[in-house]
Amino acid sequence: MSLQRFVLKRGLITIPLLLGISLLTFGMVHAIPGDPIDFITLFTDLDPQTEMEIRAEYGLDQPVYIQYIDWVTSAATGDFGRSIITRDPVIDEIMTRLPYTLVMGIMAFGVTLVTAIPTGVIAAYYRNTKIDQASRVFALLGIAIPNFLLGLLLLLIFASWLDLFPILPPTDQGILSYDMLVYTLLPAITIGTGSTALLMRLMRSSMVEELDKDYVRTARAKGLPERTVVQKHVLRNSLISVVTVAAIQVAFIISGSVVVEIVFSYPGIGRLLVNRVGNRDFPVIQAIVLLIGVAVILANFVADVLYAYLDPRIRY
Amino acid sequence: MSSETSQRTTERGRIRVTGFDVDRVESRDPLSSWEPDLQSEEGRGRLEYAWKRFRRNHLALFGAATIGFMILLAVFSRPIQLPSSFPVLAGQTVQPFSLAPADPANQDVITGYREPTLENVLTWPPTGLYLFGADWAGRDILSRVMYGGRWSLSIGFIAVAMALLVGIPLGSVAGYYGGKVDELIMRIVDMLYAFPFIVLAIAVIAVLGRGYWEMILALVVVGWLPYARIIRGEILSVKENEYVTAAKALGSRDRSIIVRHILPNAMAPVIVQATLSIGTTVLVAAALGFIGLGLSPASAEWGVMLNVEQDAIARGRWWAGLFPGLAIFVFVMAINLVGDGVRDAFDPQGDQTDSDTGGLR
Repeated sequence: MSLQRFVLKRGLITIPLLLGISLLTFGMVHAIPGDPIDFITLFTDLDPQTEMEIRAEYGLDQPVYIQYIDWVTSAATGDFGRSIITRDPVIDEIMTRLPYTLVMGIMAFGVTLVTAIPTGVIAAYYRNTKIDQASRVFALLGIAIPNFLLGLLLLLIFASWLDLFPILPPTDQGILSYDMLVYTLLPAITIGTGSTALLMRLMRSSMVEELDKDYVRTARAKGLPERTVVQKHVLRNSLISVVTVAAIQVAFIISGSVVVEIVFSYPGIGRLLVNRVGNRDFPVIQAIVLLIGVAVILANFVADVLYAYLDPRIRY
Repeated sequence: MSSETSQRTTERGRIRVTGFDVDRVESRDPLSSWEPDLQSEEGRGRLEYAWKRFRRNHLALFGAATIGFMILLAVFSRPIQLPSSFPVLAGQTVQPFSLAPADPANQDVITGYREPTLENVLTWPPTGLYLFGADWAGRDILSRVMYGGRWSLSIGFIAVAMALLVGIPLGSVAGYYGGKVDELIMRIVDMLYAFPFIVLAIAVIAVLGRGYWEMILALVVVGWLPYARIIRGEILSVKENEYVTAAKALGSRDRSIIVRHILPNAMAPVIVQATLSIGTTVLVAAALGFIGLGLSPASAEWGVMLNVEQDAIARGRWWAGLFPGLAIFVFVMAINLVGDGVRDAFDPQGDQTDSDTGGLR
């Protein structure tokens, strides 16, 4: 199968998935006991005239399937209606916070790659030694520590005791300012620790598997320097399986950001979601949940395609 | 029936090397002790072997002991009195012990209650019997951490048990019957998998509202997915075995084939996943409590305890958050040790180093 056909075939699978998650997010509001209008009007009593107008504005006078089609088609163009709480367009609320979460996510991903791959390689190369043991202990600790506890401890140590960071983020300076980028290191490290622990162990086991293969023995036998063997032969092959796991990290980083943004009072998407759940601001909740679902599905798609590109055996 | 393992046995994985003692070989050979028993021999033998291997894993035993200790602390932290509407022993105290040094709700255990300000807030560090210090309201943190285990731990165990009750039947039906039912169930699983664990739980809580059972339900909605997937995959590989065909030919009903012949052979990976999931579930429940979408702020659930103190911790009152946080950490760590031990016990040939990725996805 050519790569194009694989991409097409894999892409076709995502379409029913995307429709499915849009149905789920839409159905969320209708799963709540009671009339959706109560959440829009916040349970105030209305005269029938105003109630009809509000129903018409939100399309609640239409049959459910038409409501769904309307919602999904306008969502596809980025129109999620207005927030019930602030009355601002939902898309504006999201767009002002999205850059913060994106920058934090990218930094967390960077932290993960920069620390996990070298340590995984070293642990595999010196397997069953003290170094390997230490990496295993670190992985166990990194997975078991709750990210909110780690975040609070980092704040306590670096912001409160050592005074290297402010306790609250300097949001007035914009996301790309130096101060904000430096501050973002703290949440990025917090999220990155958990995924580093996972990725490091995966890197190690995939590397151990490659090191045992015949071509490594051949490369060593023909007198290649150890450095070339590891870097040019083993590392490249073992990175292939790590690529797919990197996609899982996207989901991991998203869920991490929801909690960690609360710890650091960070003005991102996750904090917006949590705040609006408390207020039952469903247009915003639906939009964010849908965006996260789409992001994860696309990340999985990209990872599968990358994997097929790097390892042609997958396509068949 | 497997007999006692003799002292002279050298074990390497599943291969046992012994001297040629005919009697002993006969007594150990499963065929020679065969009886027309309705229980699955294979399934029970495997469990016994797994238990034997688990018992030799000191790290896993240490984890199990830690979990047991934490459960005991939670149960015996305060007396348990049944509500007066309870059908038996109404209004009776069924658990009279009280290990917690103070009432978790009592506000003046150490210095007497004062309005917390930046000045006096630093005056309640850990002292004497009150090892973990006091929280913002002057309540003993040690007692609250012990008592809070009742929420955190019960949520983990109940949610995982309920998720198993949903996931195993659905996965079995999908795997055994295949076709349209399989398509439907697995597409739902795929769809729900598109959302990260905590995001889906938050969405469910947005719909249901906050509370103990609401939180458990949210965790079950997310939690059943891996079991359905695992059990379906296992059944697909197990159902082609001759003994299943034989059972079908003998006219067994589908339900008894699944329950008696297929499930026992497909359970090992489910048990491993369930063990690790208890840790993940407690972690997510605490995270929900921490972001304010879990139990009520008055409860001593560990995540909630961190939530009400988060500003104080960042400003230097470390003990207010460290100890509830450590309780979560120790529990999750212990569960992971047990889960790794269970995995190695069921699959001793497997690469043991793959096992420390935890139950996370």
